[in-house]
Amino acid sequence: MSVEAGPLLDTIPLPLAVISPERKVLFINEAAQVLTGFSLEEARGLHCMYVMRSSLCPDKCPLAKVEDTGAAVCVDANIVSKERRKIPVRATFAPVLAPDGSIAGYVEALEDIRILQELEIKQGWSYGFGDMIGHSHEMERIFQMVPGIAQTDSSVLVTGETGTGKDLLAEAIHNASARAKGPFVKVNCGALPETLLESELFGHSKGAFTGATESKPGRFRMAHNGTLFLTEIGDLPLSLQVKLLTFLDDKVIHPLGSTKGVNVDVRIVAATHRDLRQMVREGKFREDLLYRLNVVRFHMPPLRERGEDINLFLNHFVHVFSEEFGKKVTGFSQDALYFLENYAFPGNVRELRNVVEYCVNVCGQETIEVEHLPRYLMEQPAGVPAGTGYGVQPAPEAPPAGMMPPPGMPAPVSSAASGAVNWADMERKMILDALLQAKGRKNRAAEILGWARSTLWRKMKHYEIESS
Amino acid sequence: MNKRILVTLHGSDVAPRFDLATEIWLGRTGGRNLVEEERTIVLPHASAEELCHLILREHVDVVICCGIEEEYYEYLHWKRIEVYDSVVGRRRDVINAYLARTLRPGAVLVPRDE
Repeated sequence: MSVEAGPLLDTIPLPLAVISPERKVLFINEAAQVLTGFSLEEARGLHCMYVMRSSLCPDKCPLAKVEDTGAAVCVDANIVSKERRKIPVRATFAPVLAPDGSIAGYVEALEDIRILQELEIKQGWSYGFGDMIGHSHEMERIFQMVPGIAQTDSSVLVTGETGTGKDLLAEAIHNASARAKGPFVKVNCGALPETLLESELFGHSKGAFTGATESKPGRFRMAHNGTLFLTEIGDLPLSLQVKLLTFLDDKVIHPLGSTKGVNVDVRIVAATHRDLRQMVREGKFREDLLYRLNVVRFHMPPLRERGEDINLFLNHFVHVFSEEFGKKVTGFSQDALYFLENYAFPGNVRELRNVVEYCVNVCGQETIEVEHLPRYLMEQPAGVPAGTGYGVQPAPEAPPAGMMPPPGMPAPVSSAASGAVNWADMERKMILDALLQAKGRKNRAAEILGWARSTLWRKMKHYEIESS
Repeated sequence: MNKRILVTLHGSDVAPRFDLATEIWLGRTGGRNLVEEERTIVLPHASAEELCHLILREHVDVVICCGIEEEYYEYLHWKRIEVYDSVVGRRRDVINAYLARTLRPGAVLVPRDE
Protein backbone atom coordinates (compact mmCIF):
# COMPACT_ATOMS: atom_id res chain seq x y z
CA MET A 1 0.00 0.00 0.00
CA SER A 2 1.68 3.13 -1.14
CA VAL A 3 1.29 6.16 1.04
CA GLU A 4 0.11 8.26 -1.90
CA ALA A 5 -2.93 6.08 -2.48
CA GLY A 6 -4.48 7.08 0.84
CA PRO A 7 -5.74 10.56 -0.07
CA LEU A 8 -7.02 9.20 -3.38
CA LEU A 9 -9.01 6.43 -1.68
CA ASP A 10 -10.35 8.95 0.82
CA THR A 11 -12.03 10.86 -2.01
CA ILE A 12 -14.03 7.76 -2.99
CA PRO A 13 -17.42 7.82 -1.26
CA LEU A 14 -17.62 4.01 -1.11
CA PRO A 15 -16.23 2.47 2.11
CA LEU A 16 -13.01 0.67 1.17
CA ALA A 17 -10.48 -1.37 3.10
CA VAL A 18 -7.10 -2.67 1.97
CA ILE A 19 -6.22 -5.95 3.66
CA SER A 20 -2.96 -7.88 3.78
CA PRO A 21 -2.71 -11.55 2.77
CA GLU A 22 -2.69 -12.32 6.51
CA ARG A 23 -6.08 -10.55 6.80
CA LYS A 24 -4.69 -7.55 8.67
CA VAL A 25 -6.11 -4.12 7.91
CA LEU A 26 -3.58 -1.94 6.08
CA PHE A 27 -5.83 0.96 5.26
CA ILE A 28 -9.46 2.05 5.49
CA ASN A 29 -10.69 5.15 3.69
CA GLU A 30 -12.74 7.89 5.34
CA ALA A 31 -16.05 6.40 4.17
CA ALA A 32 -15.11 3.08 5.78
CA GLN A 33 -14.11 4.89 8.97
CA VAL A 34 -17.55 6.49 9.10
CA LEU A 35 -19.26 3.16 8.45
CA THR A 36 -17.30 1.03 10.91
CA GLY A 37 -16.70 3.70 13.56
CA PHE A 38 -12.97 2.90 13.62
CA SER A 39 -10.35 5.52 12.86
CA LEU A 40 -7.46 4.52 10.61
CA GLU A 41 -5.13 4.41 13.61
CA GLU A 42 -7.50 2.15 15.55
CA ALA A 43 -8.04 -0.21 12.64
CA ARG A 44 -4.55 -0.45 11.20
CA GLY A 45 -2.81 -3.71 11.99
CA LEU A 46 -5.88 -5.41 13.43
CA HIS A 47 -7.30 -8.61 11.95
CA CYS A 48 -10.06 -7.47 9.58
CA MET A 49 -12.74 -9.48 11.40
CA TYR A 50 -12.33 -7.22 14.44
CA VAL A 51 -12.79 -4.09 12.34
CA MET A 52 -15.48 -5.14 9.83
CA ARG A 53 -17.26 -7.41 12.31
CA SER A 54 -19.33 -8.76 9.47
CA SER A 55 -21.82 -11.61 9.60
CA LEU A 56 -19.42 -13.45 7.28
CA CYS A 57 -16.61 -13.35 9.87
CA PRO A 58 -14.90 -15.57 10.63
CA ASP A 59 -16.39 -18.84 9.39
CA LYS A 60 -17.77 -17.72 6.02
CA CYS A 61 -14.96 -15.38 5.07
CA PRO A 62 -15.13 -14.82 1.29
CA LEU A 63 -11.41 -14.04 1.16
CA ALA A 64 -10.72 -17.78 1.18
CA LYS A 65 -12.73 -18.09 -2.04
CA VAL A 66 -11.00 -15.05 -3.53
CA GLU A 67 -7.66 -16.66 -2.68
CA ASP A 68 -8.69 -19.93 -4.34
CA THR A 69 -10.24 -18.53 -7.49
CA GLY A 70 -8.48 -15.21 -7.89
CA ALA A 71 -11.86 -13.72 -8.80
CA ALA A 72 -13.85 -11.03 -7.03
CA VAL A 73 -16.74 -12.08 -4.77
CA CYS A 74 -19.83 -10.02 -3.94
CA VAL A 75 -22.14 -10.99 -1.08
CA ASP A 76 -24.84 -9.36 1.05
CA ALA A 77 -24.07 -9.33 4.76
CA ASN A 78 -24.27 -7.05 7.78
CA ILE A 79 -21.71 -5.47 10.04
CA VAL A 80 -21.84 -4.27 13.64
CA SER A 81 -20.19 -0.88 13.89
CA LYS A 82 -18.23 0.40 16.86
CA GLU A 83 -21.32 2.48 17.68
CA ARG A 84 -23.16 -0.87 18.06
CA ARG A 85 -25.27 -0.40 14.94
CA LYS A 86 -26.09 -3.37 12.76
CA ILE A 87 -25.78 -2.18 9.15
CA PRO A 88 -26.73 -4.22 6.09
CA VAL A 89 -23.97 -4.09 3.51
CA ARG A 90 -23.13 -5.42 0.06
CA ALA A 91 -19.54 -6.57 0.45
CA THR A 92 -17.26 -6.97 -2.54
CA PHE A 93 -13.88 -8.62 -2.14
CA ALA A 94 -11.24 -8.47 -4.85
CA PRO A 95 -7.62 -9.61 -4.92
CA VAL A 96 -4.69 -7.22 -5.35
CA LEU A 97 -2.17 -9.03 -7.53
CA ALA A 98 1.60 -8.63 -7.39
CA PRO A 99 3.53 -8.35 -10.70
CA ASP A 100 4.33 -12.09 -10.46
CA GLY A 101 0.61 -12.92 -10.20
CA SER A 102 0.65 -13.80 -6.51
CA ILE A 103 -1.89 -12.26 -4.15
CA ALA A 104 -0.41 -9.17 -2.52
CA GLY A 105 -3.57 -8.36 -0.58
CA TYR A 106 -7.25 -7.68 -0.94
CA VAL A 107 -9.56 -4.75 -1.40
CA GLU A 108 -12.87 -4.90 0.41
CA ALA A 109 -15.72 -2.56 -0.52
CA LEU A 110 -18.66 -2.28 1.86
CA GLU A 111 -21.69 -0.66 0.31
CA ASP A 112 -24.25 0.51 2.87
CA ILE A 113 -27.54 -0.89 1.53
CA ARG A 114 -29.91 0.50 4.16
CA ILE A 115 -31.42 2.90 1.63
CA LEU A 116 -31.73 0.15 -0.98
CA GLN A 117 -33.58 -2.06 1.47
CA GLU A 118 -36.00 0.73 2.30
CA LEU A 119 -36.57 1.27 -1.41
CA GLU A 120 -37.20 -2.45 -1.89
CA ILE A 121 -39.92 -2.30 0.74
CA LYS A 122 -41.48 0.64 -1.05
CA GLN A 123 -41.17 -1.20 -4.36
CA GLY A 124 -43.17 -3.99 -2.75
CA TRP A 125 -45.95 -1.48 -2.12
CA SER A 126 -45.92 -0.43 -5.76
CA TYR A 127 -47.39 -3.73 -6.84
CA GLY A 128 -49.88 -3.92 -4.02
CA PHE A 129 -52.26 -2.05 -1.80
CA GLY A 130 -52.96 -2.92 1.81
CA ASP A 131 -52.74 -6.70 2.04
CA MET A 132 -53.42 -7.15 -1.67
CA ILE A 133 -50.74 -7.76 -4.24
CA GLY A 134 -50.77 -7.92 -8.01
CA HIS A 135 -49.22 -6.26 -11.00
CA SER A 136 -51.71 -7.23 -13.67
CA HIS A 137 -53.32 -4.36 -15.53
CA GLU A 138 -56.73 -4.92 -13.87
CA MET A 139 -55.32 -4.93 -10.36
CA GLU A 140 -53.11 -1.91 -10.97
CA ARG A 141 -56.20 -0.02 -12.07
CA ILE A 142 -57.93 -0.99 -8.81
CA PHE A 143 -54.90 -0.03 -6.71
CA GLN A 144 -54.84 3.38 -8.38
CA MET A 145 -58.54 3.96 -7.76
CA VAL A 146 -58.71 2.81 -4.11
CA PRO A 147 -56.99 5.80 -2.42
CA GLY A 148 -59.27 8.30 -4.14
CA ILE A 149 -62.45 6.32 -3.55
CA ALA A 150 -61.48 5.67 0.08
CA GLN A 151 -61.48 9.40 0.82
CA THR A 152 -65.15 9.74 -0.12
CA ASP A 153 -68.07 8.41 1.92
CA SER A 154 -69.84 6.84 -1.05
CA SER A 155 -71.20 3.32 -0.80
CA VAL A 156 -69.03 0.76 -2.53
CA LEU A 157 -70.08 -2.48 -4.18
CA VAL A 158 -67.37 -5.10 -4.69
CA THR A 159 -68.13 -7.95 -7.04
CA GLY A 160 -66.09 -10.94 -8.04
CA GLU A 161 -65.84 -14.68 -7.78
CA THR A 162 -65.15 -16.40 -4.51
CA GLY A 163 -61.54 -16.13 -3.35
CA THR A 164 -60.67 -13.06 -5.42
CA GLY A 165 -59.99 -10.83 -2.41
CA LYS A 166 -63.23 -8.88 -1.97
CA ASP A 167 -62.79 -8.80 1.81
CA LEU A 168 -59.22 -7.55 1.49
CA LEU A 169 -60.33 -4.76 -0.81
CA ALA A 170 -63.10 -3.72 1.60
CA GLU A 171 -60.60 -3.57 4.45
CA ALA A 172 -58.09 -1.69 2.30
CA ILE A 173 -60.74 0.91 1.47
CA HIS A 174 -61.50 1.32 5.17
CA ASN A 175 -57.83 1.55 6.14
CA ALA A 176 -57.14 4.17 3.49
CA SER A 177 -60.13 6.29 4.47
CA ALA A 178 -60.59 8.99 7.07
CA ARG A 179 -62.56 6.37 9.03
CA ALA A 180 -59.47 4.18 9.48
CA LYS A 181 -59.34 4.92 13.21
CA GLY A 182 -62.98 3.88 13.53
CA PRO A 183 -64.25 0.28 13.59
CA PHE A 184 -64.38 -2.02 10.58
CA VAL A 185 -67.34 -4.33 11.19
CA LYS A 186 -68.00 -7.29 8.91
CA VAL A 187 -71.35 -9.06 8.62
CA ASN A 188 -71.94 -12.10 6.42
CA CYS A 189 -75.51 -11.66 5.21
CA GLY A 190 -75.72 -15.28 4.13
CA ALA A 191 -74.60 -16.77 7.43
CA LEU A 192 -77.66 -16.08 9.59
CA PRO A 193 -81.40 -16.73 9.23
CA GLU A 194 -83.55 -13.67 8.49
CA THR A 195 -84.86 -13.10 12.03
CA LEU A 196 -81.45 -13.30 13.65
CA LEU A 197 -79.83 -11.24 10.93
CA GLU A 198 -82.20 -8.32 11.51
CA SER A 199 -81.36 -8.26 15.19
CA GLU A 200 -77.66 -8.71 14.42
CA LEU A 201 -77.62 -5.80 12.00
CA PHE A 202 -80.00 -3.29 13.53
CA GLY A 203 -80.02 -4.40 17.17
CA HIS A 204 -83.01 -4.76 19.44
CA SER A 205 -84.50 -3.29 22.60
CA LYS A 206 -85.01 -5.25 25.78
CA GLY A 207 -88.23 -7.28 25.53
CA ALA A 208 -88.52 -6.86 21.77
CA PHE A 209 -89.08 -10.60 21.40
CA THR A 210 -89.03 -13.71 23.54
CA GLY A 211 -85.54 -14.18 24.85
CA ALA A 212 -84.51 -10.55 24.33
CA THR A 213 -83.58 -10.08 27.96
CA GLU A 214 -81.20 -7.24 27.22
CA SER A 215 -80.86 -4.52 24.63
CA LYS A 216 -78.39 -5.20 21.81
CA PRO A 217 -76.78 -2.39 19.85
CA GLY A 218 -76.45 -4.25 16.52
CA ARG A 219 -73.64 -4.08 13.99
CA PHE A 220 -74.68 -0.72 12.53
CA ARG A 221 -74.21 1.00 15.85
CA MET A 222 -71.01 -0.95 16.51
CA ALA A 223 -69.66 0.41 13.22
CA HIS A 224 -70.47 4.04 14.17
CA ASN A 225 -67.79 6.36 12.74
CA GLY A 226 -66.37 3.43 10.83
CA THR A 227 -67.21 1.08 7.99
CA LEU A 228 -69.82 -1.69 7.85
CA PHE A 229 -68.83 -4.41 5.42
CA LEU A 230 -71.83 -6.44 4.25
CA THR A 231 -70.44 -9.50 2.53
CA GLU A 232 -72.71 -11.81 0.50
CA ILE A 233 -75.15 -8.93 0.11
CA GLY A 234 -76.93 -10.99 -2.57
CA ASP A 235 -78.13 -13.29 0.22
CA LEU A 236 -79.79 -10.44 2.16
CA PRO A 237 -83.53 -11.19 2.50
CA LEU A 238 -85.89 -8.80 0.72
CA SER A 239 -87.40 -7.50 3.97
CA LEU A 240 -83.98 -6.46 5.24
CA GLN A 241 -83.12 -4.96 1.88
CA VAL A 242 -85.86 -2.41 2.58
CA LYS A 243 -84.41 -1.59 5.99
CA LEU A 244 -80.95 -1.20 4.49
CA LEU A 245 -82.35 1.08 1.81
CA THR A 246 -83.98 3.19 4.52
CA PHE A 247 -80.66 3.54 6.27
CA LEU A 248 -78.88 4.53 3.06
CA ASP A 249 -81.49 7.24 2.51
CA ASP A 250 -81.83 8.64 6.04
CA LYS A 251 -78.71 7.40 7.92
CA VAL A 252 -81.10 6.28 10.64
CA ILE A 253 -81.64 2.72 11.88
CA HIS A 254 -84.63 1.37 13.75
CA PRO A 255 -83.72 -1.36 16.25
CA LEU A 256 -86.24 -4.15 16.71
CA GLY A 257 -88.89 -3.23 19.28
CA SER A 258 -87.82 0.40 19.45
CA THR A 259 -90.05 3.26 18.50
CA LYS A 260 -87.18 5.66 18.09
CA GLY A 261 -84.70 5.73 15.23
CA VAL A 262 -80.97 5.98 15.96
CA ASN A 263 -78.62 8.13 13.90
CA VAL A 264 -75.46 6.32 12.89
CA ASP A 265 -72.52 7.53 10.82
CA VAL A 266 -71.47 4.45 8.90
CA ARG A 267 -70.02 3.89 5.47
CA ILE A 268 -71.38 0.84 3.68
CA VAL A 269 -69.14 -1.44 1.64
CA ALA A 270 -71.00 -4.44 0.22
CA ALA A 271 -69.69 -7.46 -1.63
CA THR A 272 -71.13 -10.37 -3.51
CA HIS A 273 -70.14 -13.12 -5.91
CA ARG A 274 -73.68 -13.12 -7.36
CA ASP A 275 -74.91 -11.31 -10.45
CA LEU A 276 -77.12 -8.69 -8.79
CA ARG A 277 -78.57 -7.47 -12.10
CA GLN A 278 -79.76 -10.96 -12.86
CA MET A 279 -81.21 -11.17 -9.34
CA VAL A 280 -83.04 -7.88 -9.96
CA ARG A 281 -84.53 -9.35 -13.13
CA GLU A 282 -85.59 -12.42 -11.17
CA GLY A 283 -87.17 -10.23 -8.47
CA LYS A 284 -84.75 -11.46 -5.78
CA PHE A 285 -82.94 -8.17 -5.26
CA ARG A 286 -84.36 -4.66 -5.07
CA GLU A 287 -83.39 -2.53 -8.01
CA ASP A 288 -83.38 0.68 -5.95
CA LEU A 289 -81.00 -0.89 -3.42
CA LEU A 290 -78.70 -2.00 -6.23
CA TYR A 291 -78.51 1.59 -7.48
CA ARG A 292 -77.84 2.91 -3.96
CA LEU A 293 -75.04 0.42 -3.38
CA ASN A 294 -73.63 0.63 -6.86
CA VAL A 295 -72.35 4.20 -6.43
CA VAL A 296 -68.80 2.97 -6.78
CA ARG A 297 -68.23 -0.50 -8.08
CA PHE A 298 -65.06 -2.57 -8.05
CA HIS A 299 -64.91 -5.85 -9.89
CA MET A 300 -62.20 -8.19 -8.66
CA PRO A 301 -60.98 -10.16 -11.66
CA PRO A 302 -60.66 -13.95 -11.33
CA LEU A 303 -57.11 -15.24 -11.06
CA ARG A 304 -57.19 -16.84 -14.51
CA GLU A 305 -57.60 -13.34 -15.98
CA ARG A 306 -54.75 -11.89 -13.96
CA GLY A 307 -51.99 -13.42 -16.10
CA GLU A 308 -48.60 -12.80 -14.54
CA ASP A 309 -50.11 -12.40 -11.06
CA ILE A 310 -50.20 -16.20 -10.71
CA ASN A 311 -46.40 -16.28 -10.58
CA LEU A 312 -46.35 -13.37 -8.18
CA PHE A 313 -48.76 -15.14 -5.83
CA LEU A 314 -46.90 -18.46 -6.10
CA ASN A 315 -43.62 -16.82 -5.10
CA HIS A 316 -45.27 -14.70 -2.45
CA PHE A 317 -47.02 -17.59 -0.72
CA VAL A 318 -43.99 -19.90 -0.97
CA HIS A 319 -41.99 -17.35 1.00
CA VAL A 320 -44.83 -16.71 3.46
CA PHE A 321 -45.38 -20.40 4.25
CA SER A 322 -41.71 -21.35 4.18
CA GLU A 323 -41.09 -18.76 6.85
CA GLU A 324 -44.19 -19.72 8.81
CA PHE A 325 -43.39 -23.44 8.81
CA GLY A 326 -39.63 -22.97 9.20
CA LYS A 327 -38.96 -24.73 5.87
CA LYS A 328 -36.31 -24.05 3.26
CA VAL A 329 -38.61 -24.22 0.23
CA THR A 330 -37.55 -21.57 -2.27
CA GLY A 331 -39.75 -22.18 -5.31
CA PHE A 332 -41.22 -24.53 -7.89
CA SER A 333 -39.59 -26.77 -10.44
CA GLN A 334 -40.18 -25.89 -14.08
CA ASP A 335 -42.71 -28.73 -14.47
CA ALA A 336 -44.67 -27.84 -11.34
CA LEU A 337 -44.69 -24.19 -12.32
CA TYR A 338 -45.86 -25.02 -15.84
CA PHE A 339 -48.67 -27.11 -14.39
CA LEU A 340 -49.80 -24.43 -11.94
CA GLU A 341 -49.55 -21.63 -14.47
CA ASN A 342 -51.94 -23.52 -16.70
CA TYR A 343 -54.38 -24.60 -14.00
CA ALA A 344 -57.57 -22.52 -13.93
CA PHE A 345 -57.87 -22.03 -10.12
CA PRO A 346 -61.67 -21.90 -9.80
CA GLY A 347 -61.22 -21.00 -6.14
CA ASN A 348 -58.95 -18.13 -7.24
CA VAL A 349 -56.32 -16.71 -4.87
CA ARG A 350 -57.78 -18.59 -1.89
CA GLU A 351 -57.33 -21.90 -3.72
CA LEU A 352 -53.85 -20.97 -4.92
CA ARG A 353 -52.90 -20.04 -1.36
CA ASN A 354 -54.17 -23.39 -0.08
CA VAL A 355 -52.35 -25.27 -2.85
CA VAL A 356 -49.06 -23.56 -1.97
CA GLU A 357 -49.62 -24.15 1.76
CA TYR A 358 -50.11 -27.86 1.02
CA CYS A 359 -47.04 -28.00 -1.23
CA VAL A 360 -44.78 -26.30 1.33
CA ASN A 361 -46.08 -28.69 3.98
CA VAL A 362 -45.36 -31.87 2.04
CA CYS A 363 -42.18 -30.71 0.30
CA GLY A 364 -39.06 -31.91 2.08
CA GLN A 365 -36.60 -30.19 -0.25
CA GLU A 366 -35.91 -26.74 -1.62
CA THR A 367 -37.92 -27.08 -4.82
CA ILE A 368 -41.56 -28.08 -5.11
CA GLU A 369 -41.94 -30.80 -7.76
CA VAL A 370 -45.08 -32.05 -9.53
CA GLU A 371 -45.39 -34.91 -7.04
CA HIS A 372 -45.77 -32.38 -4.20
CA LEU A 373 -48.88 -30.84 -5.78
CA PRO A 374 -52.28 -31.86 -4.38
CA ARG A 375 -53.62 -34.94 -6.18
CA TYR A 376 -56.94 -33.33 -7.01
CA LEU A 377 -55.17 -30.99 -9.41
CA MET A 378 -54.07 -34.03 -11.45
CA GLU A 379 -57.55 -35.48 -11.43
CA GLN A 380 -59.05 -32.43 -13.12
CA PRO A 381 -61.07 -34.01 -15.93
CA ALA A 382 -60.13 -32.90 -19.41
CA GLY A 383 -62.70 -30.79 -21.17
CA VAL A 384 -64.21 -29.60 -17.88
CA PRO A 385 -62.40 -26.37 -17.21
CA ALA A 386 -62.07 -25.44 -13.59
CA GLY A 387 -63.88 -22.20 -14.23
CA THR A 388 -67.12 -23.96 -14.98
CA GLY A 389 -69.74 -23.22 -12.39
CA TYR A 390 -68.77 -19.58 -12.16
CA GLY A 391 -70.24 -18.55 -15.44
CA VAL A 392 -67.01 -18.89 -17.36
CA GLN A 393 -67.42 -20.28 -20.82
CA PRO A 394 -64.19 -21.48 -22.35
CA ALA A 395 -63.62 -21.03 -26.03
CA PRO A 396 -64.55 -24.34 -27.67
CA GLU A 397 -61.25 -24.56 -29.50
CA ALA A 398 -59.16 -23.86 -26.40
CA PRO A 399 -57.28 -26.80 -24.85
CA PRO A 400 -58.71 -27.95 -21.51
CA ALA A 401 -57.64 -26.18 -18.33
CA GLY A 402 -54.32 -27.30 -16.98
CA MET A 403 -53.30 -28.64 -20.36
CA MET A 404 -52.28 -25.62 -22.33
CA PRO A 405 -49.09 -26.22 -24.29
CA PRO A 406 -46.24 -23.86 -23.48
CA PRO A 407 -45.83 -20.86 -25.74
CA GLY A 408 -43.99 -21.73 -28.90
CA MET A 409 -44.85 -25.43 -28.79
CA PRO A 410 -45.58 -26.66 -32.31
CA ALA A 411 -49.11 -27.55 -33.28
CA PRO A 412 -48.77 -31.34 -33.69
CA VAL A 413 -48.26 -31.76 -29.97
CA SER A 414 -51.51 -29.99 -29.17
CA SER A 415 -53.36 -32.53 -31.29
CA ALA A 416 -52.71 -34.96 -28.50
CA ALA A 417 -55.45 -33.26 -26.52
CA SER A 418 -58.13 -35.15 -28.37
CA GLY A 419 -59.32 -38.16 -26.44
CA ALA A 420 -57.14 -37.50 -23.37
CA VAL A 421 -58.81 -38.44 -20.09
CA ASN A 422 -56.53 -36.93 -17.47
CA TRP A 423 -53.26 -35.09 -17.13
CA ALA A 424 -51.11 -38.21 -17.00
CA ASP A 425 -52.66 -39.60 -20.21
CA MET A 426 -52.38 -36.22 -21.80
CA GLU A 427 -48.73 -35.82 -20.89
CA ARG A 428 -47.90 -39.34 -22.12
CA LYS A 429 -49.54 -38.55 -25.45
CA MET A 430 -47.69 -35.23 -25.66
CA ILE A 431 -44.39 -37.04 -25.16
CA LEU A 432 -45.22 -39.68 -27.77
CA ASP A 433 -46.34 -37.06 -30.27
CA ALA A 434 -43.18 -35.05 -29.70
CA LEU A 435 -41.01 -38.16 -30.10
CA LEU A 436 -42.86 -39.03 -33.27
CA GLN A 437 -42.37 -35.56 -34.63
CA ALA A 438 -38.70 -35.62 -33.67
CA LYS A 439 -38.30 -39.03 -35.34
CA GLY A 440 -37.23 -40.54 -32.03
CA ARG A 441 -34.50 -37.99 -31.30
CA LYS A 442 -34.92 -37.19 -27.62
CA ASN A 443 -32.98 -33.92 -27.76
CA ARG A 444 -35.33 -32.60 -30.42
CA ALA A 445 -38.40 -33.99 -28.59
CA ALA A 446 -37.34 -32.22 -25.41
CA GLU A 447 -36.98 -28.99 -27.40
CA ILE A 448 -40.46 -29.42 -28.88
CA LEU A 449 -41.91 -29.96 -25.42
CA GLY A 450 -39.94 -27.06 -23.99
CA TRP A 451 -38.36 -29.32 -21.35
CA ALA A 452 -34.82 -30.12 -20.33
CA ARG A 453 -33.56 -33.45 -21.71
CA SER A 454 -33.35 -34.81 -18.15
CA THR A 455 -37.02 -33.94 -17.57
CA LEU A 456 -38.03 -35.81 -20.72
CA TRP A 457 -35.92 -38.80 -19.71
CA ARG A 458 -37.45 -38.83 -16.24
CA LYS A 459 -40.99 -38.57 -17.57
CA MET A 460 -40.36 -41.27 -20.20
CA LYS A 461 -39.21 -43.52 -17.41
CA HIS A 462 -42.24 -42.57 -15.33
CA TYR A 463 -44.65 -43.37 -18.17
CA GLU A 464 -42.63 -46.45 -19.12
CA ILE A 465 -42.01 -45.21 -22.64
CA GLU A 466 -39.29 -47.34 -24.16
CA SER A 467 -36.53 -45.50 -26.04
CA SER A 468 -35.43 -47.42 -29.06
CA MET B 1 -14.06 -9.21 44.30
CA ASN B 2 -16.43 -12.14 43.76
CA LYS B 3 -17.75 -11.85 40.22
CA ARG B 4 -19.00 -14.12 37.49
CA ILE B 5 -17.44 -13.26 34.13
CA LEU B 6 -18.45 -14.33 30.64
CA VAL B 7 -16.25 -13.95 27.55
CA THR B 8 -17.61 -14.73 24.08
CA LEU B 9 -15.02 -16.87 22.32
CA HIS B 10 -13.68 -17.61 18.89
CA GLY B 11 -11.01 -20.20 19.57
CA SER B 12 -8.89 -18.77 22.35
CA ASP B 13 -9.68 -15.16 21.37
CA VAL B 14 -12.61 -12.88 22.02
CA ALA B 15 -15.26 -13.54 19.32
CA PRO B 16 -15.66 -10.71 16.78
CA ARG B 17 -19.42 -10.61 17.33
CA PHE B 18 -21.61 -11.29 20.34
CA ASP B 19 -24.53 -12.56 18.22
CA LEU B 20 -22.36 -14.97 16.23
CA ALA B 21 -20.42 -16.49 19.12
CA THR B 22 -20.81 -20.25 19.45
CA GLU B 23 -18.49 -20.67 22.40
CA ILE B 24 -18.20 -18.90 25.73
CA TRP B 25 -15.88 -18.90 28.70
CA LEU B 26 -17.45 -18.61 32.15
CA GLY B 27 -15.36 -17.89 35.19
CA ARG B 28 -15.74 -16.82 38.79
CA THR B 29 -13.27 -14.64 40.59
CA GLY B 30 -12.65 -15.20 44.31
CA GLY B 31 -11.55 -13.16 47.25
CA ARG B 32 -7.87 -13.08 46.22
CA ASN B 33 -8.75 -11.65 42.82
CA LEU B 34 -8.02 -14.93 41.04
CA VAL B 35 -10.14 -17.09 38.80
CA GLU B 36 -11.33 -19.82 41.13
CA GLU B 37 -13.70 -21.63 38.85
CA GLU B 38 -13.90 -21.71 35.06
CA ARG B 39 -15.51 -23.63 32.22
CA THR B 40 -15.96 -23.34 28.50
CA ILE B 41 -19.36 -23.98 26.97
CA VAL B 42 -20.01 -24.75 23.31
CA LEU B 43 -23.40 -23.34 22.33
CA PRO B 44 -25.74 -25.32 20.07
CA HIS B 45 -25.95 -22.35 17.73
CA ALA B 46 -25.24 -18.63 17.60
CA SER B 47 -28.05 -16.48 19.00
CA ALA B 48 -27.83 -13.17 20.82
CA GLU B 49 -31.19 -13.75 22.54
CA GLU B 50 -30.22 -17.16 23.86
CA LEU B 51 -26.87 -15.83 24.97
CA CYS B 52 -28.62 -13.09 26.95
CA HIS B 53 -30.81 -15.75 28.58
CA LEU B 54 -27.76 -17.78 29.47
CA ILE B 55 -26.07 -14.70 30.95
CA LEU B 56 -29.06 -14.10 33.20
CA ARG B 57 -29.48 -17.77 34.07
CA GLU B 58 -25.82 -18.04 35.08
CA HIS B 59 -26.04 -14.82 37.12
CA VAL B 60 -23.17 -13.30 35.17
CA ASP B 61 -21.92 -9.93 36.44
CA VAL B 62 -19.45 -9.02 33.68
CA VAL B 63 -19.61 -9.66 29.93
CA ILE B 64 -16.53 -9.20 27.76
CA CYS B 65 -17.12 -9.22 24.02
CA CYS B 66 -16.22 -7.43 20.80
CA GLY B 67 -19.03 -6.26 18.47
CA ILE B 68 -22.45 -6.12 20.09
CA GLU B 69 -25.66 -4.48 18.95
CA GLU B 70 -27.03 -1.58 20.95
CA GLU B 71 -30.23 -3.52 21.71
CA TYR B 72 -28.40 -6.30 23.56
CA TYR B 73 -25.89 -3.95 25.13
CA GLU B 74 -28.68 -1.84 26.60
CA TYR B 75 -30.59 -4.90 27.72
CA LEU B 76 -27.63 -6.29 29.62
CA HIS B 77 -26.83 -2.86 31.02
CA TRP B 78 -30.45 -2.56 32.17
CA LYS B 79 -30.05 -5.93 33.88
CA ARG B 80 -27.12 -4.36 35.80
CA ILE B 81 -24.52 -6.39 33.94
CA GLU B 82 -21.21 -4.69 33.23
CA VAL B 83 -20.38 -4.97 29.51
CA TYR B 84 -16.89 -4.43 28.09
CA ASP B 85 -17.39 -4.33 24.32
CA SER B 86 -15.10 -3.84 21.32
CA VAL B 87 -12.44 -5.77 23.20
CA VAL B 88 -9.82 -7.51 21.05
CA GLY B 89 -7.37 -10.02 22.44
CA ARG B 90 -6.74 -13.49 23.78
CA ARG B 91 -9.14 -14.63 26.44
CA ARG B 92 -6.33 -15.09 29.00
CA ASP B 93 -4.93 -11.60 28.42
CA VAL B 94 -8.38 -10.06 28.60
CA ILE B 95 -9.19 -11.76 31.92
CA ASN B 96 -5.81 -10.73 33.33
CA ALA B 97 -6.49 -7.14 32.30
CA TYR B 98 -9.89 -7.30 33.95
CA LEU B 99 -8.42 -8.70 37.18
CA ALA B 100 -5.75 -5.99 37.08
CA ARG B 101 -8.57 -3.46 36.61
CA THR B 102 -6.96 -2.14 33.45
CA LEU B 103 -9.56 -3.45 31.01
CA ARG B 104 -11.56 -0.78 29.20
CA PRO B 105 -14.21 -1.02 26.47
CA GLY B 106 -12.43 -0.88 23.11
CA ALA B 107 -9.22 -2.33 24.56
CA VAL B 108 -6.91 -3.93 22.00
CA LEU B 109 -4.65 -6.46 23.72
CA VAL B 110 -2.90 -7.83 20.67
CA PRO B 111 0.20 -6.49 18.92
CA ARG B 112 -0.66 -4.56 15.76
CA ASP B 113 1.09 -5.83 12.66
CA GLU B 114 1.92 -3.16 10.16
